[in-house]
Amino acid sequence: MTDLETFRQETRAWLEENCPQSMRSPFKSDKDACWGGRNFQFQSDDQRLWLERMAEKGWTAPDWPTEYGGGGLSRDEHKVLLEEMSRIQARPPLNSFGIWMIGPAILKFGSEALKQQHLPPIVRGEIRWCQGYSEPGAGSDLAGLQTKAEDKGDHFIVNGQKIWTSYADKADWMFALVRTNPDVKKQEGISLVLFDMETPGVSTRPIKLISGESPFCETFLDNVRVEKDQVVGDVDKGWTIAKYLLTHERSMIGNMGSTAAGQKTLAELAVDGVGLEDGKLADPMLRTEVASWVIDSIGYELTAERARDEAKSGQGVGNVSAMLKYAGTELNKRRYELLVAAYGSEGLLWEGDDRPAGALPQQWLRTKGNSIEGGTTEVQLNIIAKNILGLG
Amino acid sequence: MQKLVLTEEQQMLKDAARGLFSEQAPVSQLRKLRDEKDALGYVPEFWNQAVELGLAGTLIPESHGGSEFGHVGMGQVMEEGGRTLAASPLFASGVLGACALMLAGNDSQKDILKGIADGSHLVALAIDEAGRHQPFRVATKAEVQGEGFVLNGRKTFVVDGHIANTLIVSARTSGGERDESGITLFLVDPKAEGVSVERTTFPDGRNYAKVTLENVAVSADAVLGNKDQAASPLQKLLDIGSAHLAAELLGLSSEAFDRAVAYMKERKQFGVYISSFQALQHRAAHMWSELEQLKSMVLKAFMALDANDDQASMLASAAKAKASQVAELVTNEGVQLHGGMGMTDEFDIGLFMKRARPVQLMLGDFRYHADRVASFKGF
Repeated sequence: MTDLETFRQETRAWLEENCPQSMRSPFKSDKDACWGGRNFQFQSDDQRLWLERMAEKGWTAPDWPTEYGGGGLSRDEHKVLLEEMSRIQARPPLNSFGIWMIGPAILKFGSEALKQQHLPPIVRGEIRWCQGYSEPGAGSDLAGLQTKAEDKGDHFIVNGQKIWTSYADKADWMFALVRTNPDVKKQEGISLVLFDMETPGVSTRPIKLISGESPFCETFLDNVRVEKDQVVGDVDKGWTIAKYLLTHERSMIGNMGSTAAGQKTLAELAVDGVGLEDGKLADPMLRTEVASWVIDSIGYELTAERARDEAKSGQGVGNVSAMLKYAGTELNKRRYELLVAAYGSEGLLWEGDDRPAGALPQQWLRTKGNSIEGGTTEVQLNIIAKNILGLG
Repeated sequence: MQKLVLTEEQQMLKDAARGLFSEQAPVSQLRKLRDEKDALGYVPEFWNQAVELGLAGTLIPESHGGSEFGHVGMGQVMEEGGRTLAASPLFASGVLGACALMLAGNDSQKDILKGIADGSHLVALAIDEAGRHQPFRVATKAEVQGEGFVLNGRKTFVVDGHIANTLIVSARTSGGERDESGITLFLVDPKAEGVSVERTTFPDGRNYAKVTLENVAVSADAVLGNKDQAASPLQKLLDIGSAHLAAELLGLSSEAFDRAVAYMKERKQFGVYISSFQALQHRAAHMWSELEQLKSMVLKAFMALDANDDQASMLASAAKAKASQVAELVTNEGVQLHGGMGMTDEFDIGLFMKRARPVQLMLGDFRYHADRVASFKGF
């Protein structure tokens, strides 16, 4: 037996023993996700147990080094773990901007002290992070951000306002882009800093969205003290890290074009909504539109796969993430438009526990943000046109 | 799982094919064939060079004179041929003809493969009977007569029909006009009595024919595969053909796109290059994104065909559907982005549009293949 097969057997046995039964089904709603953090209310003992057991193995961050609490898995082992989890429909033990975003940035750009301080609590799900990027005046033109960090010797005093901060009202720490030098080219005076949301001067206000939900906040920073050792990388060099993180974020949001394991496909849902006649979706025009979507989604999935394979083989064009973000989010918006069409007026029922399509109206409205957040569709097209096609 | 990248050998074949097509069969060659109303519709010297490079036998087993390089390999050749709109019997004979014989032929019929690989024997597939592709709607009849059959019917849109040495004809040996069972494939000599092949002209200047069969007598050993049971090998053949046409559409669309982008960088209006206009940049970026996704689908379809994957039919249809859509988008935009110049015969960009449409229709367009994808996916 190869090492990888041994690993698979061991992983399968471990999961069998340690994954609680109630954690072996797809999320029924967003509320089933575990986000961790100081103030997180676990939905059940099983949810807490599942997080603790996975964190103990480092498998909340399977590919991070073990010295910072990660699982230390190779790429292939990581893949095996995901396959084995999906085999029993195990839920992800932890949703975390720490693992998805700031953790990888600290690993790549941070000092040893920052790694020691921040990575293990991220792995254990003890600290929940939020991202302070956009500002009221800096959306697509992110590098134009104005939040000011004044040098006070051993610390900075930060003043300004952030917006579209996901779950800022629930987060424990923020990673934020701030202007440390106003006198140079806008990209060259930005730093990435970390601070506790309980620091005096930090306040948040949820923003109610068209879906009626408030996943985003405004964050106000009023004379907030940030220690100098909480700068990731060098002072004034934060833009490079910001771009790295944006690439990361793009591929995450772009992934929304994919149908997660265990989730029903658009075609299956359309059949639920409309029914079959002679083996074909009962509404022929809708059938054509769904087929067209399915074809495009195959193209998207395969391109994501090819991009990964090319990266591994050292081939491929950079900036592919811009294209995947563009294609994936537009695809996801179309998916929800088609779902609304498939369920008809029943699919738009705004409230109630017995709605045939559940929270579809809220989800449909949420997808409209996919092509705005993390760089708009228009910004992605600009990136492709300028960086790949050389148009200018 | 197999990585979605070309192997070194496949990349070398692609590079070699690109070299050959760009040097020996540039777009100007097609233009000349068209303008001179060339009787063959291809340049034999070029065909000989392609054969010498082994291209005609890419799919054929070594035991029959080919290189057995697989669909991924042949797909690279088709894509590169699409870039220069190269006119040759490569698809009709080297893809459809070769695969028909490999899928359904008996040992003596497979002897033809050697002639296909060395370029001396050309084969054409005659299945369509109406404007839109409906391969299992067959009115052409084959009635038993003595030891053999008598064929009557009409076929249309037969690629390279007028230069073929052998026609592969679908005909009904039992059942009703729309039944999938009861179809049989026949090898027919175009010179046989009762066969008339009439060349037809299309916007792309390439070779198509109408074939009329009037009391054409063939012997029993003209049957390719099993009587009444052509549907299954024919479907497999059409999957293969569709994937290779998707590759040709990918190639011609990529070239049309490259030319449009190059034109944007040299054309000035309002005192600036039109490439500086965001309205045009975003359309170009969208097309690039579509082309990249098509590229992934085409490659995956070929890998699935080579691996005999049970998703191969679905992936081939998905690739042909997407290729048809992308080719329509990119060739239309290609002309539009060239402005008035795009409407002139002098500029090549229009040739890409005129090639794209027949290839889109060939073996089924977007609508035909989207319908198949829906059926494969259970809706």
